[in-house]
Amino acid sequence: MSDKLKAAKPAEPNAAQQSTELSGNRFSGFARELVTGNALIPVLAVLASFLVGGILIAFSNESVQTASAYFFARPGDTFQAIGQAVFGAYDALFRGSIYNYQAGNFSDGILSLTQTLAYATPITIAGLGLAVAFRSGLFNIGGTGQIIVGAVGSTVIALYVPIWPGPLHFIVAVLAGILGGAIFGGFVGFLKATTGANEVIVTIMFNYVAAFALHYSLTTWLKAPLAVNPQSSPVPNDALYPLLAGDAYPLHAGFIAMLLAVAAVWWLMNRSSVGFHFKALGHNPSASKVAGININRTYFLVMAVSGALAGLAGTSQILGTEKYLGTGVAATYGFDAITVALLGRSNPLGVLAAGILFGGVRAGAVTMQANQNVPIDSVYVVQSMIVLFIAAPPLVRSIFFMPKQKEVRA
Amino acid sequence: MKALKLGAVRVPIILSVLTLITLWLAVAAPSGITTIQVNSNANSTGAAGEAFRFANITAITAQSAWISFGLTAIVTALAWWFSLTARKPSRWLSIGFGVIFVFNILISLFNGQTMTITALLHGSLSLAVPLVFGSLAGVLSERVGLVNIAIEGQLLAGAFVSALVATLVQNPWAGLVGALVAGAFVSWLLAVFAIRYVVDQIIIGVVLNVLIVGLTNFMFSTFMSSNQALFNSPPRMPSIDVPGLSQIPVLGPVFFSQSPIVYLMYFAVAGVWFALYKTRWGLRLRAVGEYPKAADTVGIKVYATRYRSVMIGGALAGLGGAFFTLGQSLAFGKEMTNGAGYIALAALIFGRWNPVYAAFAGLLFGFAENLQYSLSTVGSNVPSDFLLMLPYVLTVVLVAGLVGKVTGPAAAGKAYIKS
Repeated sequence: MSDKLKAAKPAEPNAAQQSTELSGNRFSGFARELVTGNALIPVLAVLASFLVGGILIAFSNESVQTASAYFFARPGDTFQAIGQAVFGAYDALFRGSIYNYQAGNFSDGILSLTQTLAYATPITIAGLGLAVAFRSGLFNIGGTGQIIVGAVGSTVIALYVPIWPGPLHFIVAVLAGILGGAIFGGFVGFLKATTGANEVIVTIMFNYVAAFALHYSLTTWLKAPLAVNPQSSPVPNDALYPLLAGDAYPLHAGFIAMLLAVAAVWWLMNRSSVGFHFKALGHNPSASKVAGININRTYFLVMAVSGALAGLAGTSQILGTEKYLGTGVAATYGFDAITVALLGRSNPLGVLAAGILFGGVRAGAVTMQANQNVPIDSVYVVQSMIVLFIAAPPLVRSIFFMPKQKEVRA
Repeated sequence: MKALKLGAVRVPIILSVLTLITLWLAVAAPSGITTIQVNSNANSTGAAGEAFRFANITAITAQSAWISFGLTAIVTALAWWFSLTARKPSRWLSIGFGVIFVFNILISLFNGQTMTITALLHGSLSLAVPLVFGSLAGVLSERVGLVNIAIEGQLLAGAFVSALVATLVQNPWAGLVGALVAGAFVSWLLAVFAIRYVVDQIIIGVVLNVLIVGLTNFMFSTFMSSNQALFNSPPRMPSIDVPGLSQIPVLGPVFFSQSPIVYLMYFAVAGVWFALYKTRWGLRLRAVGEYPKAADTVGIKVYATRYRSVMIGGALAGLGGAFFTLGQSLAFGKEMTNGAGYIALAALIFGRWNPVYAAFAGLLFGFAENLQYSLSTVGSNVPSDFLLMLPYVLTVVLVAGLVGKVTGPAAAGKAYIKS
């Protein structure tokens, strides 16, 4: 958070020293793991997290609790109950997220996978947005607010401008969402550039502002006539993302938008000069300034791009999944996006993988709760464990009795 | 600030904008009167009898709005005069302006209603307690070089464990100890991952928040909610009247007839300030946060200092969490901290990493948050969503307008690797 503030002091005797300290922990980490044969770590991290999740599930299971009451008389019962509880839960997780083999036919069974991808869409897109900000040294906690503003933007176009022909309506609705997020995010960058306002505070505050403005809108001018709850009218069909796999599946073209966004962010950060400015800003603002980069404009651009992606995530909710605007539109996606961006190490492909992983856990958790009575909150535990373990390879190594790596702290 | 031309006139510009708002309030003022009640209704809030009672004041809303406009205009003119004659506008000018401005807004909002000052202050303090503890946790952590995004998790863990332990032991003080331990444990996790495993501090903070939310929600829905009597009915922590001080008119009952946790908060703010700025321990702590290599060179144990300071901070945040349950005699609820940790983070930055300023920032946020509750109960005619938004918008205005660029401890956010 304050490393950029720190770097703004020009006369910093140990700047070089610190930049090597920094690079040791985040950006070069992944590459180093790959070359040292550590690609196994993420797999093991996921495994370890599911182990922890299994322990939680076992503890909360009622038949385990009853069996453990007479543990010393018949210990086998307890272990059997634990096995059943954990296996049942993860079986449900698999059926809910990848393929439901109990469904009978393939077309019903694969529904789970499409649900995973549908859940993954907004998380990944918003995660990409935050990744852009992180790479540029800005900590954008405002994903929630930017998703909301994007969602409102696309809802307004979708509902109140119904006269345009076919795809135009849809395209403009999506663009309005992107624009909404970009303006809301960009404003933070503008404030930072002009007044020096800390983006962490401002984005946190704007999340609340957006949530209350959304609630106000949904109880007044955006409210559906006759609706009891604060929500908008349903979005007309011509403004919706087309469904990709027929009416039976929730997968919509927002998924395509997500893939395009991954490609676009990759290109932006790795191939474009704007992206180079972004990364330079992230590494050292004062050096960037000396090198002739307009850092104030870059602050604005970073936050606008970050917000635009969050806004796009909002459109996938409105025009794809939910099809109306409600107060819960941003759900926990803003914060999920932070975890996804961090887990993906702010690398577009990494974010995509992390987003699909989390989408799967999310989709599976619904089945897990319905079938096995495992509270959906266990997802948060598993998700955060995954990030913890991936972030700390030495911990995973010691859990799985792998040999210690030399120079872990590089 | 002097280097920037904008910086020299920043304060007058902000004040001018706000004065225009008071003008608008005066022009748009509804006809009606606002009743200002200084004391709360007889003995309804606390056991302390109030020695003095003030007569109710009635103000004609429109008139007082014009008076406020006049006063703010004068202050703004003074600020311009100071700035243009190349003198720094006194801080008191801004503070005086703020008081008039807030009072003016209060009167407009409470038009046609009764505004009870003690109730407003009392509620503000209650809402501010977790924020103040949380921001102290942040101060102790960031001053020693660890960014603490996990304040939310520390508060939530404190709230959960205090409710659980207090119920099991049937003693609120045991719950308080539990909260201390829980907060310290969460911050220990933060420290281990940040220091030992050199994980990015922001990552680990965010993740710990998610983890604690997940764990507490999970435990709440698996065993706590189904058996509230056994696990989740913490006994009340009685409020204590400080002899003498609680008899002070108006302020006494507000500040000195409170839950013991509030008194702990006073001591914590003073203690952290003293420890940071007046002791050798604090000097070393700040040295580690500014330039760990230099601190290491002169023989300060960087890692140990970091662990210790972060964990003390976490314990304080745990206390703040306990206030959600024990302080207000409430049962634990899912995600009951409701983002207070993030507001505390904002208070910490707003307070420029200084425990006393951060505490005042926390009080300010508590005041703003309380305002929305009291207005929605009296039924003000401003749409409640805008009231709810007010504290957050004001924060942005203040951060962008008055605080501007703040610089935290130099080494915060950076892992120190001993070579």
